[in-house]
Amino acid sequence: MDKKIKSKLKEIVGQNNFFDSNEDKLTYSYDATPVFNELPEAVIFPENTLQISNIIKLANTEKFNIVPRGAGTGLSGGSIPVENSIALVMTKWNNILEIDHSNLTVTVEPGVITQNLQNEVEKLNLFYPPDPGSASVCTIGGNISNNAGGLRGLKYGVTKNYVMGVEMVLPNGEILKTGGKNVKDAAGYNLKDFIVGSEGTLGVITKATLKLIHKPKSFSTIIAFFESMKDCSKTISDIFNCNLTPAMMEYIDNTTLKCIEDYAKLGLPKAAEAVLLFEFDGREEEVKEDTNNLEMILNNNNAYSVKKAKTLLESSKLKAARRSAFSALARVKPTTILEDATVPRAEFPMLIELVNKAGKDNKVLFGIFGHAGDGNLHPTCLTDERNKNEIERAHKAFDFIFNETIKLGGTITGEHGTGLSKKEFLENVAGIPGVEMMKKIKSVIDENNILNPGKIFTTSPRCEGNLPFNNKQIKPFNG
Amino acid sequence: MDKRRENLSSLINDDLLSQCIHCGLCLSVCPTYVTTNLERSSPRGRLRLIKEYADDKNKLGNIFEDEMDFCLGCRACETACPAGVKYDVLHNETKYLLSKDKKVNLKKILIKFFLNKILANPSNLKLYSRILRTYQQSWFRKMLHSSNILKNISSKLFLIDELTPQISKISSDEIIDEITLPISKHIHNVTFHVGCIMNVGFAEINLDTIEVLKKSSCKITTPKNQYCCGALHAHNGELKKAKELAKNNIDLFRNYEYEYLIANSAGCGTFMKEYYELLKDDKDYLKSAEIFSSKIRDISEFIYDNDIKFNSGKFNDSVTYHDACHLVHGQGIFEQPRQIINDICDKNFREMHNSTFCCGSAGIYNILRQNDSQIFLDQKMQNIIKTNADVVITGNPGCIMQLRYGVKKNNLNLKVKHTVSFINEQKGI
Repeated sequence: MDKKIKSKLKEIVGQNNFFDSNEDKLTYSYDATPVFNELPEAVIFPENTLQISNIIKLANTEKFNIVPRGAGTGLSGGSIPVENSIALVMTKWNNILEIDHSNLTVTVEPGVITQNLQNEVEKLNLFYPPDPGSASVCTIGGNISNNAGGLRGLKYGVTKNYVMGVEMVLPNGEILKTGGKNVKDAAGYNLKDFIVGSEGTLGVITKATLKLIHKPKSFSTIIAFFESMKDCSKTISDIFNCNLTPAMMEYIDNTTLKCIEDYAKLGLPKAAEAVLLFEFDGREEEVKEDTNNLEMILNNNNAYSVKKAKTLLESSKLKAARRSAFSALARVKPTTILEDATVPRAEFPMLIELVNKAGKDNKVLFGIFGHAGDGNLHPTCLTDERNKNEIERAHKAFDFIFNETIKLGGTITGEHGTGLSKKEFLENVAGIPGVEMMKKIKSVIDENNILNPGKIFTTSPRCEGNLPFNNKQIKPFNG
Repeated sequence: MDKRRENLSSLINDDLLSQCIHCGLCLSVCPTYVTTNLERSSPRGRLRLIKEYADDKNKLGNIFEDEMDFCLGCRACETACPAGVKYDVLHNETKYLLSKDKKVNLKKILIKFFLNKILANPSNLKLYSRILRTYQQSWFRKMLHSSNILKNISSKLFLIDELTPQISKISSDEIIDEITLPISKHIHNVTFHVGCIMNVGFAEINLDTIEVLKKSSCKITTPKNQYCCGALHAHNGELKKAKELAKNNIDLFRNYEYEYLIANSAGCGTFMKEYYELLKDDKDYLKSAEIFSSKIRDISEFIYDNDIKFNSGKFNDSVTYHDACHLVHGQGIFEQPRQIINDICDKNFREMHNSTFCCGSAGIYNILRQNDSQIFLDQKMQNIIKTNADVVITGNPGCIMQLRYGVKKNNLNLKVKHTVSFINEQKGI
């Protein structure tokens, strides 16, 4: 990047908010996605909306790219820099601006950490249900950009169900405000729903108004262990057939269980073939009745060592252990490729079988866990980046899993987003007209393709300009 | 690969490094990241930089070195890390390599002198302590302070003076007998590590420890001429000296028969529990280091594990507890001291916000990086003040010094006590 551009950027945000040392570039070259990384040209912490607008305008005239970023815990590469880009870091925008008790909304800056938001509203007996595994670190801006889900998807839905209004700086520098505190709003296109899950390709989110609900009065957390996968699958379908709706129903396989236990040391029986972790919430009588029904189902399906958390601490320890699953799997092997295949919930047990088959056929090891309640599975391939052959086999296994997922009526990503790592599969699930429509929207809103280009889908055509005369003129294609 | 690089890669363990999957779960617990909001000040960022340094040390400059020093070594990231990355090992190895490369300057000479010539040598430590005590008691220091001369000459020196522990009248190992018998029943055979700073600067805490152990049915053996554990050496790039001290301690305690070796300094306890890691490449010592490490118990851990109860009669003061990094993150000791304190003070225990965040003491961090250290101390003091407690309890001498300075700085009426002193104060045990 030209020095002149850099000094202009410094002028906009101030010397203190501009970083371009090797150390800073390196430490913003990744997020939580395995394998992918790319150095940004500079790292920038904007202080206000006007600065962001000016940076975007500069990017349009000087032709550089902008990759917005929160805490960098994404799993599809959405916040990994691209060629000739700056990392626009929003973590310092961490103020909760307003909690509106009577309208049941909270208005926040995008850098607010999800768990901090949850803690603050819970003090007032309110509740913000979406809770991705990285809730203690990840930010609301990132949650909205990737339509993050979490452990409570079945009963409470995902981030998109809670976004009521968004303020964002558009790729031409203008500021868009859409939605607000209205429960009903039928004026024009529903723009905020475009923005949710747009992965920073349509603008930089600077403020959001989110829906809150009343905090459930009572909780009960139950963990059940199974000797066979069959019993576990039967339990899942029995629960659906009995009209039970747990707030949480998490599946954990044996490999994952062992890793979680090694980390959290809760005394869980490591030999279990499959584990289900449940939570019911609501009014006390309701929770009691549901818990009793669940215990009956578990009993009928040979679950052993069914444990009910006695205290709040015990329950939060169990949930925290489940949240650590992805990272804990790194205890087995250093590279954990986590996927996010999602099927209609009734097909969930089928999907687990398919993942196991993919692992066996390609001789790679999988740790499997996921949200059994909403059909969102996280098959995690345990491998080592340094072993190229094994990585290749892992990719083959994932090809198989994605294809089978789509055949089951599922999708390639439930809550992580498409980003870099899943864009090659997008067409399979969205169809050519779907992807074309997305590309058109992108090209109209972001004419110069400066905001997070190359994410979700590849925007630039594969051939551009004059035909090359010799090899030196051919640059490797990076999307 | 040139020879230099070969050395680097073999010293910085590649398998340990690649264990980090950069998921970022460490960010929100890292005091330096929370303060700067910069990824390079986070454990994840530092590991990425260490990886780069191991590949090619020339790519990184002063910022990298500064980040390695900025890290408190509190190990909160290890507690948060589901993948079990051994951050501390990698951080120490890197600091060792950096210290070999560093140009010699006065600061470095002074640190080296302090670590290798004073701390590592018991008789020198005592000699210098006596000189220090003479100074601390003298009209000269009073004059320096009352006239603000020292503050005007150098605010840094002034702070070092303030943070130095009040040297005890007599070092604890001169009072504690080699063998101390239990008050009533004899159930446990333990040995006691007097420490270096603890011995000369906190003799009374060592004496409290002996008293509490006596009341806990222990026959206590306290070997004479003990060595410093070497923790401060390892954390400041003097890995070789640390290994030497570890071997000295192993050889010394080998001569005694005991169930547990009791430590009352969190930093020493953690480091001695990890001697086996430190000496893993030393065939002669690996086995004995493993045995040695497996017997180390922090005093609060020992009391809790053996279900020893101390009940007080009446208790009116309200109490809060600050988790010493090397207890909670280094040894995973969280419940134990709380349980003990709760048993004694009934319902007067008040949990503070972010109790597991570092107070900024961090070995000799508060002397090497005074300004940064004060930021963390100020955050800690705010959290303590909010609890309105009369007493703050903690399990490490470094924290006690730091918090006592914080009390003075903020003009508070608050007592800072070691867990074991708090126990020993209670009547009717």
